[in-house]
Amino acid sequence: MDWTWFHRLASPPYIYRLAATLTPWFAWPAGLLIAAGLYGGLVLAPPDYQQGDGFRIIYVHAPSAWLSLMIYSVMATAAAVGLIWRMKVAHAAAASCAGIGAWFTVVSLVTGMLWGKPMWGTYWVWDPRLTAQLILLFLYLGYMGLRSGIEDTARADRASAVLAIVGVVNIPIIRFSVEWWNSIHQAPSVMKMDRPSMPAEMLIPLLTMMVGFTLYFAAIMLVRLRAEILRRERSASWAREVVAS
Amino acid sequence: MRTSILAALWLVLRRDLLLAFRRPGHIVQPLAFFAVVAMLFPLGFTPELARLRDIAPGVLWVAALLSSLLALEFLFRDDAQDGTLEQFVLSGQSLTALLFARTLSHWLLTGLPLALMAPLLGVALGVPLAAMPGILGALALGTVSLSLIGAIGAGLTLGVRRGGVLLSLLTLPLAVPVLVFGARATELAIQGGAMAGPMYLLAALAVFGLTLAPLAAAAAVRIGLE
Amino acid sequence: MSEFLSMGGYAAFVWPAYAVTFLAVFVNIWSARRALRRARAHAQRRLGVAGEPS
Repeated sequence: MDWTWFHRLASPPYIYRLAATLTPWFAWPAGLLIAAGLYGGLVLAPPDYQQGDGFRIIYVHAPSAWLSLMIYSVMATAAAVGLIWRMKVAHAAAASCAGIGAWFTVVSLVTGMLWGKPMWGTYWVWDPRLTAQLILLFLYLGYMGLRSGIEDTARADRASAVLAIVGVVNIPIIRFSVEWWNSIHQAPSVMKMDRPSMPAEMLIPLLTMMVGFTLYFAAIMLVRLRAEILRRERSASWAREVVAS
Repeated sequence: MRTSILAALWLVLRRDLLLAFRRPGHIVQPLAFFAVVAMLFPLGFTPELARLRDIAPGVLWVAALLSSLLALEFLFRDDAQDGTLEQFVLSGQSLTALLFARTLSHWLLTGLPLALMAPLLGVALGVPLAAMPGILGALALGTVSLSLIGAIGAGLTLGVRRGGVLLSLLTLPLAVPVLVFGARATELAIQGGAMAGPMYLLAALAVFGLTLAPLAAAAAVRIGLE
Repeated sequence: MSEFLSMGGYAAFVWPAYAVTFLAVFVNIWSARRALRRARAHAQRRLGVAGEPS
């Protein structure tokens, strides 16, 4: 098998240019899909038979909750690649994920609270999903804190990579423990969200939003990745051509 | 001739215990902290033993979690400053195994004393005497996992100046499962119920930690010493 | 239109949720672009090349 593609992926100038080329290819479809999803979710989808128009929060809540977990796994994967193959670009990618992930974890919590108030009668319940999401936010904050706490970039990369991997191994255990805990101290007001199936005119806008947000993340991540690579390689000769043009 | 791995483990363990008994402050301080935190709850909540009993599992576990966190400061810091950790790396022995011994001695010096002291605090919180063996067992088992998780956090923050707050932020979210299962086991012990379920889960966490945490701690210490 | 804005009585929850989400969306776009701009400016100063003012 030909491995040159893999070695090229480790080359900062190649990745920098690739990221610059790819960004619009993610950004424009993301914008279009999010706009279409918004129209579909806010206008076309009928009100829910139980929750009326309140259910429309799902079109921002579910995509941000999805992003918060997906970004953590992307970050941990990049960190593991960086640690195993000592690939600096992968560490830069992991570094550019954390901030975005933390933002969308906060968004999923806030939109969840805003959804909970009319449906559960309170902004916060110690529901397993909310609790696990809160812990995820602390994992992100710890990762970012460790990164900023170590001055030497190479060491910060490797230490935070170990933390990201430890975190990703622990997330399923934390989720299990929190669900187990909740099943014992069952809060009476918790409403079951799982319904057998969603009608297509509700589901299609949701899927559109999820895909749109995923592409949006890819675009933002690529811009951050370029900034991160340039910050690390600012003395390299290839950087001269890039910043002069 | 190179020392065998078991002999090396024993040497590390013996050295740590000797050092600790010559500086008993490191053992006593977390215990005193444990007692102080547990004392704050009756003062801040209510002196009625019947009501304290309801929150006793949470109080004991949160206090134990915080004091084991406090003790983590001593886990690698002195050894990193006086070069012991570098000698570990250069010794040709497996760093994972040496750190395993280091973590074990840390548990013997902080986790186990905490568990032994918990019944005393339990009395002050209105816990019936029949529950004491259960509480002791749950804390002894749970603090194993806490020491192991803590070793990873302490290793990662080696290179961080004034890393105490960061160490808590890294370690506490990972300790959530231990808190959940431990507090539940303690609650069942107080109510006189069958506590086998959460104890098995605590044991599973400890076994999982024993197999993987020393590896992660060794990786973290290597990075911290670079 | 006002019926749409009232969201069947849920306006006080639906619109803040959308506002928070799109605040995050735009803040992330802005901060990513700012990070890139700063990294470029820093590299330009360091390498002694004069890029076009951005």
